[in-house]
Amino acid sequence: MINLVQNEIMKLLAKKRLLVIAVIVAILVGLFTYAQMKSVETQREKLGTSDWRASLQQQIIDTQNRLGSSRLSDEWREQLQISMKQQQYYLDNNINPSEPGAPTFVRMFIENSSDLFIPLLVLVIASDMVSSEHALGSVKLLLTRPVKRGKILLSKYIALILAVSAIVAMTALISYFLSGLIFGYKGLNAPILTGFTVENGNLDTSEVRLVSQWKFLLMDLGLVWFVAMVVATLSFMVSVLVRSTAAGMGIMLAALVSGAVLANMVSSWTSAKYLFMINLKLTGYLNGIAPPIEGMTLLSSISVLLAWWAAALFVAFFAFIRKDVF
Amino acid sequence: MSNVTLSVKNLRKKIGKKEIIKGISFELREGEVFGFLGPNGAGKTTTIRMLVGLIKPTSGSIQICGYDVKKEFTRAMRYLGCIVENPELYPFLSGWDNLLHFARMLPGVGDAKMNEVIRLVGLQERIHDKVKTYSLGMRQRLGIAQALLNSPKVLVLDEPTNGLDPAGIREMRQFIRQLAEQQGLSVLVSSHLLSEIQLLCDRVAIVAGGEVIRVGSVSSLLDNQEKAVWRLDPHNKGMQILSRYTEPAEAGEGLIITEYAEEKAAAWNRELVENGVSVLEMNRKLPVLEDLFLELTGGRTID
Repeated sequence: MINLVQNEIMKLLAKKRLLVIAVIVAILVGLFTYAQMKSVETQREKLGTSDWRASLQQQIIDTQNRLGSSRLSDEWREQLQISMKQQQYYLDNNINPSEPGAPTFVRMFIENSSDLFIPLLVLVIASDMVSSEHALGSVKLLLTRPVKRGKILLSKYIALILAVSAIVAMTALISYFLSGLIFGYKGLNAPILTGFTVENGNLDTSEVRLVSQWKFLLMDLGLVWFVAMVVATLSFMVSVLVRSTAAGMGIMLAALVSGAVLANMVSSWTSAKYLFMINLKLTGYLNGIAPPIEGMTLLSSISVLLAWWAAALFVAFFAFIRKDVF
Repeated sequence: MSNVTLSVKNLRKKIGKKEIIKGISFELREGEVFGFLGPNGAGKTTTIRMLVGLIKPTSGSIQICGYDVKKEFTRAMRYLGCIVENPELYPFLSGWDNLLHFARMLPGVGDAKMNEVIRLVGLQERIHDKVKTYSLGMRQRLGIAQALLNSPKVLVLDEPTNGLDPAGIREMRQFIRQLAEQQGLSVLVSSHLLSEIQLLCDRVAIVAGGEVIRVGSVSSLLDNQEKAVWRLDPHNKGMQILSRYTEPAEAGEGLIITEYAEEKAAAWNRELVENGVSVLEMNRKLPVLEDLFLELTGGRTID
């Protein structure tokens, strides 16, 4: 089995797809870093550079004063305490909250790319995993060796899992190191708010707590990896079913883009929440962004995606093992 | 009789409602080159793809060295090497990496065996170059090297000389004969070219319309069909005399064709001479498989 996975990785690397992806990521990160830098500059011009510490100090004092009041509800008091803690951290560590360091940039980049950009990168690799063997004709050599078809597909799938993990890791590392050149690398321990839930259209903040940024980043990356795996598995299935790589890519691309478009207009079509492409923005749940359809939660989205994952895997193996190769 | 290495019994394949392979049976023996001859669309490639496990037969059995391709796929495949149509290797890998790729799929095939097959097909010089820089002939040789990696007992080659230049074809033919004669391999070669089979094979199965029409040694199939060609003077009188004994046919340019048998030819010759007809020329003629094929299939074309 290890031999077979080695084969797949050898082919993957020889096609230089991962290299192309790394270059694409680097270019985009460079672009976004520049955009971010510009916006920080304009902000700085507006606010002035020297007084962010003073104003942060002032905000903390204001909050303290309000906490002193006895008419505050407990819930509100807790909220204020949390945000005060966050502000205090920024002050103590000399971090301007409106000027992100590399970790904050990575977090934003990863979150914004989780439902379209990273799935697209994954698509580039997954969609020709099987169909390229058909296009080349090498499938005839591959399937006439003394190895069961299921094993061959499994080795391809394992290679795909490794490639997807590499893409997610690569995106995180490239964006961290590139953006850090401009913004500096501080802020890994900065506290981030999480634990929002949206219920009946209201933001429920009762569970809100502070998590240090690196933990939050890991959660983000985990969710992004999961989404990437689901998309990869679906493209993998399409790659088994459709012999042409271009057609397979087109199908998956259409699905992904339609998901991005649909997310903005399906709020009243509730059964759309069972479509995989509506559920791809898992990181939104961590930040308390309202989901496209009411009633969707992190758990429900993960369950829907898991179901699609399992189904795609089953169909891929079933079809690959049974199919006649002409 | 030597050992049977590949045995195909009553093989059938239906696609939808159409039966495209209608009960094919044949056997391959150790050390022979077996031709699989038929026009395009006769079912050669479909049959070959069933032999190597790419297509699942609707019914019938295929055994390679006693192992059923369907039930004991991995065991059967250990004894099989094949090139189906062109050897489509990975153009973006070097020749060596291509071989390494397929060696990793076989138990106990290491560098030594790889070097051996590379030497056998004479690719030492270019083995570390990318396959996309190879000529077609070199790709074909690399394909054969790949097929020989597992030291197969049965080698299946689908149209092995397709696209090769005349020198390449001759080289390939010698190579295949050598494999059969020196290493005792059974080689199945499919072709739609009669001359090819005639030069290369010991036995031949003639396929048309998804059926085997005739199986036999190349020479015996030819012997049955041997003809005599006459040139006589005067032509018409000679024709008249011959038609008393057989059914002579005009072959143009003053030639007459009859059946051929040693005793008869001598008797007819005497008769002709005694009647004042000069025999200017008399030749035995081996039929080209083309004629044989037309005769056997009744000239039907299957597309």
